[in-house]
Amino acid sequence: MPQPHLMIHIVPGKCDYCGCCVGVCPEDAIELMESKIAIIEERCTNCRKCVWACPWEVIEFHKEGVAGMPVHTPQILNEPVEFK
Amino acid sequence: MSVYDYDVIVVGAGPAGTTAARYAAAGGAKVLVLEKDRDVGYPVRCGEAVSHEGVAQFIAPDPKWIASTVTKFRLVAPNGSSVLPKLDGGGYVLERRIFDYELAKLAANAGAEVITKAYVYDLLRENGTVTGVRALIKDQKRDIRAKIIIAADGVESRVGKWAGMDTTCHIRDMESCAQMTLSGIDVEEDVLDFYFGDNVSPGGYLWVFPKGKDTANVGLGLSVDQAKKKSAIRYLHEFVERKYPKAAMLTHIAGGVPCAKTNPEIVKGNVILVGDAAHQVNPVSGGGIISGMIGGMIGGQVAAEAVQSGDMKHLREYDKRWHKRLGWRHDIFYNIRNAIGGFDDRTYNNICDSALKLPVEKRTLGGIFRAALWNQPSMILDVAKVFVA
Repeated sequence: MPQPHLMIHIVPGKCDYCGCCVGVCPEDAIELMESKIAIIEERCTNCRKCVWACPWEVIEFHKEGVAGMPVHTPQILNEPVEFK
Repeated sequence: MSVYDYDVIVVGAGPAGTTAARYAAAGGAKVLVLEKDRDVGYPVRCGEAVSHEGVAQFIAPDPKWIASTVTKFRLVAPNGSSVLPKLDGGGYVLERRIFDYELAKLAANAGAEVITKAYVYDLLRENGTVTGVRALIKDQKRDIRAKIIIAADGVESRVGKWAGMDTTCHIRDMESCAQMTLSGIDVEEDVLDFYFGDNVSPGGYLWVFPKGKDTANVGLGLSVDQAKKKSAIRYLHEFVERKYPKAAMLTHIAGGVPCAKTNPEIVKGNVILVGDAAHQVNPVSGGGIISGMIGGMIGGQVAAEAVQSGDMKHLREYDKRWHKRLGWRHDIFYNIRNAIGGFDDRTYNNICDSALKLPVEKRTLGGIFRAALWNQPSMILDVAKVFVA
């Protein structure tokens, strides 16, 4: 079950959009476009596999939560998309 | 009764996707390829080495996409000693940004349409059946209907998950990779270099693949289990600082390679997976260009046959043909990968020493393998299966 308290943070501006994190994410909780990336908060379980997989150390784990941290792309699409 | 825009939609325009499109279109299907990036073939996320034999079955080798022709490979042990065997049949280091274009042109010539900057964000469904994709094409939402979806959406594949196939790669099997293209360095134009050992890439390897005489792709991959302790980029920076401190850095990329067995499911209903999305990567080498194209070819052919016959159950044939052609080998290679993953520096040094004791003409990959077996007897059974079956 997704946790209400997101602890995964993608550092803005550092990502190479390679998709390694998406490949190991068991929850389908990462949205990746050409040069946009975002955690889908309602799906993320803070399992940290993406943090370990990232070749460039772009994804961080903050156990105090990431509320208030600058996000890479607040809304990945211009208008809301219903996720399944 | 549904009206379809296309027979087949291919998601992703890498080598697996465009090859699938090419064979599906050649088989008479109406095909659309959707690529999320602005360009086909860019950004390159690849070491770019292929064998001549592998690539020539799909496209005649052409100097415009060959950066280097290679005839030998060098295995460098942790203690610095090395062996330099011949590469049977030879190979190439590609210019993927041109190579991928040529593959896309082959698909286009067969009749496939291609659109870039087209991001698929969901599948279309009617009464529980997938009937197409939902895409964001140049920031416009569009629903496109098709009888068959071929997911060639790479290591970051999500289409398969939406169709109900679990394509998550276990972290022990995912190779976390970093690569730089370095220029102004001294490289041998016809040699692929592989470095092993805990210092360069524990459980994985580091590659130096020449692109001309003064330029090379220098990269490494290591299992996420290892990367957890120290990331790919750190190993790469350390190596480059030691070995090529003055080099010009022309590109700097990250990547992930699913070095697993083929995904347990690669067909579900009218959705099939090809290439990295299906984990059709050689688990030992991490090479996935040719095997992904073979998966794409079989997928495209089977899709065209299903369109012709109107029987979507025929798509299951894809799984059978893939496993008969290459999947069974990847299963064995996966076991070998697990054995190699446990090698320590001493083992690599010993393998190199035993290989150097071989007469030069016996220093082939097979000869080195046999020498390696003395160090790792449990591999004998697995290797025997590769060569005997």
